Amino acid sequence: MIWLDTLVQGILLGGLYALFAAGLSLVFGIMRLVNLAHGDLIVMAAYLILLLVTLLGLSPFVAAAIAAPLMYLIGWGLQKHLLNRTLGTDILPPLLVTFGLSIALQNALLEGFSADSQRLPTGEISTASVDLGVMTVGVLPLLTFGSAVAVIVGLNQLFYRTELGRAFRATSDDPTTASLMGIRPSDIFAKATAIAMLVVTLAALYLGMRSNFDPNIGPARLIYAFQAVIIGGLGSLWGTLAGGIIIGLAQTIGAAINPEWQILAGHVAFLIVLLLRPRGLFPRAFD
Amino acid sequence: MITRRNLLKTSGAAGLTLAAGGLAAPAIAQGARIKVGYVSPQSGPLAAFSEADQFILDAFAGSDAGANFEVIVKDSQSNSNRAADVASELIIDDGVDLMLVASTPETTNPVATTCEAEEVPCISTVAPWQPYFIGQQGNPGDPGSWERFYYSYHFFWGLEDVISVFTSMWNQLSTNKQVGGLFPNDGDGNAWGDPNVGFPPVLADQGFGLTDPGPYQNLTDDYSAQINAFRSNNVEIVTGVPIPPDFTTFWTQAKQQGFTPKAASIGKAILFPQAVEALGDTGHNLSSEVWWSPSHPFTSSVTGQSAADVAAGFTAATGRQWTQPIGFVHALFEMAANVMGRVSDSGDPDAVAEAIAATQLDSLVGRIAFDGAGLPPFAAANVAKTPLVGGQWRLRDGGGYDLVIVDNSDQPDIPTGGVMEEITA
Repeated sequence: MIWLDTLVQGILLGGLYALFAAGLSLVFGIMRLVNLAHGDLIVMAAYLILLLVTLLGLSPFVAAAIAAPLMYLIGWGLQKHLLNRTLGTDILPPLLVTFGLSIALQNALLEGFSADSQRLPTGEISTASVDLGVMTVGVLPLLTFGSAVAVIVGLNQLFYRTELGRAFRATSDDPTTASLMGIRPSDIFAKATAIAMLVVTLAALYLGMRSNFDPNIGPARLIYAFQAVIIGGLGSLWGTLAGGIIIGLAQTIGAAINPEWQILAGHVAFLIVLLLRPRGLFPRAFD
Repeated sequence: MITRRNLLKTSGAAGLTLAAGGLAAPAIAQGARIKVGYVSPQSGPLAAFSEADQFILDAFAGSDAGANFEVIVKDSQSNSNRAADVASELIIDDGVDLMLVASTPETTNPVATTCEAEEVPCISTVAPWQPYFIGQQGNPGDPGSWERFYYSYHFFWGLEDVISVFTSMWNQLSTNKQVGGLFPNDGDGNAWGDPNVGFPPVLADQGFGLTDPGPYQNLTDDYSAQINAFRSNNVEIVTGVPIPPDFTTFWTQAKQQGFTPKAASIGKAILFPQAVEALGDTGHNLSSEVWWSPSHPFTSSVTGQSAADVAAGFTAATGRQWTQPIGFVHALFEMAANVMGRVSDSGDPDAVAEAIAATQLDSLVGRIAFDGAGLPPFAAANVAKTPLVGGQWRLRDGGGYDLVIVDNSDQPDIPTGGVMEEITA
């Protein structure tokens, strides 16, 4: 039964990675912007939720619901006033700016919240589990995975069923032609980042409930998100979920053989996918 | 209070009466302020170790002995390279007479190595002596090649003390003696899991069985492999030296999967009350090594305060719970005052190093003397051991945790506040 447990834990872990990656995938897919501050934005959102929890005595879930619109505005402002200025034919400026943003965020959080490791108070739910007979599965990992699937379904609906989604896809395919049709790419980009920040808030909620976070932990969380996006293929949200699950599974299976191989196995799986399918498993856009 | 200005005035009035005795007077009484460099990780992931720095520096500056010192403080930013850089700055630009450095081998080692190369006396603490001493050797794998240092001195405890404290805590409980190890693939984890100097040989001697699934990477997100391995070997005791977020992930996942050992004795991860609070209510009765606490029966040689006074002062000044590094950082400055009180020329590194080696100081963390007690011969010259006991975190009514000393078998002078209790699901 250990093998079954390993598989289930790996898939659930993949849900967490997919949740970290979904916002990144959205932004990357629409504007080819590699946001190196994504992990730090998740940590920032976690602190925002923590602040609401401690100041107002709310449950983390309610606090996240309040933090989400705030993060939406932050994302909108960030894209509109900072990141849009860096977008262009040169890929270097957005990388440098988001890298700088990452360092600035870490230090601002350190200044504001000290280096203490924090965690969102979760009460009973953090250790609650469901007994499935052959194994017990934690409620929180199940919720995380469910949320990841819900986010992917939701974003897909948005992409393929709404006017905004059409604008997203059009801008992603060809911003110049899209703007001829009356779409203002800079506004679309701002909305995309704002929506990505909603997903970031959800990721922050689960990051904060699952384990400790401190101002410096963002970049470590970013790397799996990146890998999930790349494995999944550019612009494919279901691909991002698949990518997350592949990394999660590779890690738990690697660890079941030898814990030394846990992290390595995730990276190796990433490299193998890159070797076999350099464009990822389910690439949506061709460019 | 002796300050440069006062001394100049009085010595002028007294017609240079001091001139005759000047040569023999200790450096501390000669008026010129002694320059001391202090390096610690004030920002970055290790910053929790340094949260009491300002409190201690202020207290030292306000003391009689402290008035003779100019302390130049530098932040290592939790980065080894940065620590070496600031050490060089302190030596070359500021010309410090003595270097003090605290907290984790990542900070102490680069600074001590720089000082040794530059022939500047250095006192360090808050790093187990093995990673401090062996970590600075050219070839850590070959004990025959290890050499003593001439300017670097260190006071703290060692791995052998943790092992002894942990096993005697476990012996207080009735268990099946099956131990599960959580040893990460980093400096601490490799030392703890080392088949020669770590936990495995001692556990085998004392009749404990060890399940060590193997070293894992820090910031791993899933511990089901370890939990499954512990489960299938009926592990009732968990030990290890994970970093705080990893222990939270492990402990939460273990609880989710219904694995609750009778004892969990963890180094590093649950050192600070904030890290235990992050576990919610599930941190009750986790155990850890205790290097310093308000109930340690020691007093400061600089301020005369007891351990309880210093801890209470910290809480009053900052509104925060005491942490273990407070005592040791304080003792670092006690060492500076004591050593400089015994040399006539603070600018003579050889004399200062000699004075450090001759230290016999009853400090806030216990007796510090480089007499080699409890140490193998190779480390005897450079390391002084301080006492170590074992404690358990107990959930307080109304939230928060208190660290209660539950095992003092190695150090009967340090009073216990209770006995070891089993963890319940």
